[in-house]
Amino acid sequence: MATTVPILPKASAWKLFFKTVFARAYPRVVGQQREKSWMFFDIFLPILSIAAYVYVYRAIGAPEEYIGFVVMGGAMTAFWLNVLWSMSSQLYWEKEQGNLALYIMSPSSMMAILLGMALGGMLATLLRASVILFIGGWLFQVRFVVVDFWLLILVFFLTMTALYGLGMMSASLFLLLSREAWHLANLAQEPIYLISGFYFPVKNLGFWIALGASLIPLTMGLDAMRQLIFPSATQFGFLDVRIEVIGLAVLCIIFLLGARLLLNYMEKLAIQEGRLTESRR
Amino acid sequence: MQTRLTNFLTFYWRSFRLATWLGWQIESNWADPFLFAIYSLIKPLSSAAILVIMYSIITQANFDSPIFPYIYLGNAFYMYVGHVMTGVSWAVIDDREHYKTMKYIYTAPVHFPSYLLGRGVARFIIASISVVVTILFGVLFLKISIDLTQVNWAFFLLTVLTGVVMLALMGLTLAGIMLLLVHHMFGVGEAVAGALYLFSGAIFPLEVLPVYLRPIGFLMPITYWLELLRRLLVGKVASSFPTLQSFSNLQLFLILIVMTLFFAIFSIIVFHACEKRAKDLGLIDTITNY
Repeated sequence: MATTVPILPKASAWKLFFKTVFARAYPRVVGQQREKSWMFFDIFLPILSIAAYVYVYRAIGAPEEYIGFVVMGGAMTAFWLNVLWSMSSQLYWEKEQGNLALYIMSPSSMMAILLGMALGGMLATLLRASVILFIGGWLFQVRFVVVDFWLLILVFFLTMTALYGLGMMSASLFLLLSREAWHLANLAQEPIYLISGFYFPVKNLGFWIALGASLIPLTMGLDAMRQLIFPSATQFGFLDVRIEVIGLAVLCIIFLLGARLLLNYMEKLAIQEGRLTESRR
Repeated sequence: MQTRLTNFLTFYWRSFRLATWLGWQIESNWADPFLFAIYSLIKPLSSAAILVIMYSIITQANFDSPIFPYIYLGNAFYMYVGHVMTGVSWAVIDDREHYKTMKYIYTAPVHFPSYLLGRGVARFIIASISVVVTILFGVLFLKISIDLTQVNWAFFLLTVLTGVVMLALMGLTLAGIMLLLVHHMFGVGEAVAGALYLFSGAIFPLEVLPVYLRPIGFLMPITYWLELLRRLLVGKVASSFPTLQSFSNLQLFLILIVMTLFFAIFSIIVFHACEKRAKDLGLIDTITNY
C-alpha cells in the first residue's frame, strides 16, 4: 500500500523568520546551560581578572568607587566576549564545521539566524554577567545604589541592542575571513577593554579618544550605567546620561541597518568569490 | 651505549626542532609579517596601558613611586606565563580539535612531550618580543629607570631561562591534564594563568591579598621568579616591598631552581600518568567539534 507524505502548508515569511530566530536562539539559551563547565569558566575567569584589578586599585590606594567600576566593567566583559566569539566570529565557526552552506541554502533569512544568535547569546550572557556582578559585589563589598531604575533598564536595553547589532554587522565581515578570524577576534579583547574604559572611567582617556571609543556601544553604555548605579560616579562620567541614551539609540539604528545591508553585500561577495565553503585551517 | 644515548637525544631534538618550526608557521603565517608584528604588539601594550592608566588616574601620574615599576615589570614578565605555559598545553587542543591531526602525530615516530614543548617555542619568541617592547616603552615614556650598567645580565638571562623552562614544564603538566579533558578544556589554560596572575604578586605585592590567600602565592615558583627579575632590573626599588625582603637574590634563585626541578619531575610523572589514562580511555584523538 502506497503511503502518502503529508504536504505541510507553506509557512509565511514572517512565521518562518520568527521560527528561525527561536530555533537559533534555543541552543544558545538551553545548550549553553547544559555545559556546566563552560558556565564555570565563563564566570570564574572574569572574576579572576576583576580580583586582580581590584587588588591593584587597593595597592595604590584608590577610592572605593573604583572597586565598583572594576566589578561592573568585569561583568560587562562577558557581553563583549560573547559578541566577539559567539556573534562576530560565529559564521567563521559555522563555515569551519560545514553549517554555513546549509544556512545559506535553507529558506530562512540569514538576518533571522543572526538575530536568533544575538537574542540567545544575550539571554545566556545576562545570566553569567548577573552572577559575576553578584559574586564580585559580594566579594569586594561593593555598594550599588541605583539612582533611576527605569533609566538604567533603558540604558542597558539600548546598549545590548546596539552591541549585538554591532555583533551582527561584524559577523558579516567575518564571513569573508578564514584562519585570521580567530586572531582578529583575539586581538579585539584587551585593546577594547582599554579604549572602552572597562576598568576605569573612560573620561580619563580624554574627550576625543572617548568619543571615538563611543562607536563601541559598551563605552557609553558602561559609562551611563556607572553613573546610574554609583551616585558619586557622575563626576567621573564622560557625558550626561541623557546624551548617552540618545547616542546609544543612534548606534542601535546604525548597527541594525548596517548589519542588514552588509550581510546582503557580504553574502553575495562570498558566493561570488566562492568563500562560503572554504576552509583554510 | 653511547650510540644509543646519542640516538635518543637525536630523536628528542628532532621532535622538538620540527615542532618548533611547525608552531612558528601556525602562529605567524596567517598574516603578512607587518600585520603579524602589529598583532603581536597591540595586545600586550594594551594590557600594560590599562594598568598604566589605572595607576596614573589614582596617583596623578606619579611614576616615581616604587610601586609603579613593581606593577609594570611584573605585568610585562607575566606575558611569558600566558604564552609559554598555555602555548605548550594549547597544542593538544589545536592538534586534536582544530587540525584533527593528533592521531597522525601520535602514531608518527615523534617523542610526544618534546613535540609539545617545541610547539611552545613560537609563543616564547612572540612573548619575548612583547616583553622587550613593553619594557622599552616603559623606559622611554614612563620613567622606568633601568641602569643597564648595574644589571647583572648573565644572572638575569639565567633567571629568565630558568623561569621559561619552569613554565614550559607547568605547560606540559597542563597538556597531560588536557589529554583527559574533553568538553571543558578550552578554559583550563586561561583559568590557571588567571589564577597565577592573581596569586603570584605579578601586579601587586602579596600583602594586598587577604591573609588567608597569601600562602598560595608563596607556594608558586612564579612569585619568586618575578621578584628576582624585578630586583635584577630595578634593584632596590623592587626589594622595597616586604613580601620577600628577607631573601637575598641568590636565595630566591635557589628556591626557583628547586621548584623548577620539582616541576620537572612532577610534570613527567603527571604527563605520563595522564597519557596512559587517555590511551586506556581512547581519548587521545577524541574530537568533540565544539
